[in-house]
Amino acid sequence: MRRRHQRLAHQHVWGAALETDFTPLQSLFGGAMIGLSAVLLMLTLGRIMGATGIFAGVFAPTSRRDWLWRTAVVLGMMTGPWVVWTLTGALPVVHSDISPLALTLGGLIVGVGVTLGGGCTSGHGVCGLARSSPRSGIAVVVFMATAVATVFVIRHVIGA
Amino acid sequence: MRLFYSYLIGVLFGTGIAVSGMANPAKVLNFFDLAGSWDPSLAFVMGGALLVTFVGYRLVIPRGAPLFDGSFHLPKAKRIDPKLVVGAAIFGLGWGISGFCPGGALPALGVFHGEVWLFVAAMSAGMALTRWISGAKG
Repeated sequence: MRRRHQRLAHQHVWGAALETDFTPLQSLFGGAMIGLSAVLLMLTLGRIMGATGIFAGVFAPTSRRDWLWRTAVVLGMMTGPWVVWTLTGALPVVHSDISPLALTLGGLIVGVGVTLGGGCTSGHGVCGLARSSPRSGIAVVVFMATAVATVFVIRHVIGA
Repeated sequence: MRLFYSYLIGVLFGTGIAVSGMANPAKVLNFFDLAGSWDPSLAFVMGGALLVTFVGYRLVIPRGAPLFDGSFHLPKAKRIDPKLVVGAAIFGLGWGISGFCPGGALPALGVFHGEVWLFVAAMSAGMALTRWISGAKG
């Protein structure tokens, strides 16, 4: 009984595994749109479509002109779910039952990591790999492996 | 015109994230859960994005300059240093805890769930803190 209480407490903090459907075509199509946006940003402004770099620059712009395009991209990103809503009548699912404590902790850690590592999934994972950058290759292998290990520990070691 | 294109490109990225499932932490965490409720969808997101970007960059970059700027702003860092590896490992830890990466969370802000705003606020604090500390050191 005591052990069961402990398990519930863990699940409350880290969240339980929620079922999701395998969506290969939808994900491939969404991925292609992400890729197209990266190509278009390079064509127009000559910039890497990295969420970390673009967002960080909103708070530390080098000029007003620099701040404006970054803010426009971020506002555009936030409009994305509403495009889906317009086309399908439903907002995309954003679902987790992770506690506010774990989300705050996770957010802080992500912020530190992407700043030190110089990029995230879009910057290193899409743009960097597309440029065949060895730095990005290393970063992607390391963050993917660490994320898999983290989820394994949370779900199958702590939560087991 | 430059800002209008920037906004539209952001919309395209955000729509792609929303359609693909990257804005949904449940789906992202299941991608990492190889030993449990594994959902391989995100491999298709990466595959689609990489394929288009790989081909597109090879068409665009040889042009020599973008349409609205004098030159391309490509990352100059080449060295694989401890900062890169440690940073990537820290990012992976936070991603595995929360299910959000920056590119997934920013479009998800548009849905106006409190939890996404909380995550992005904490992430911004982590970014500012890291920059402040590394700025103070160097």
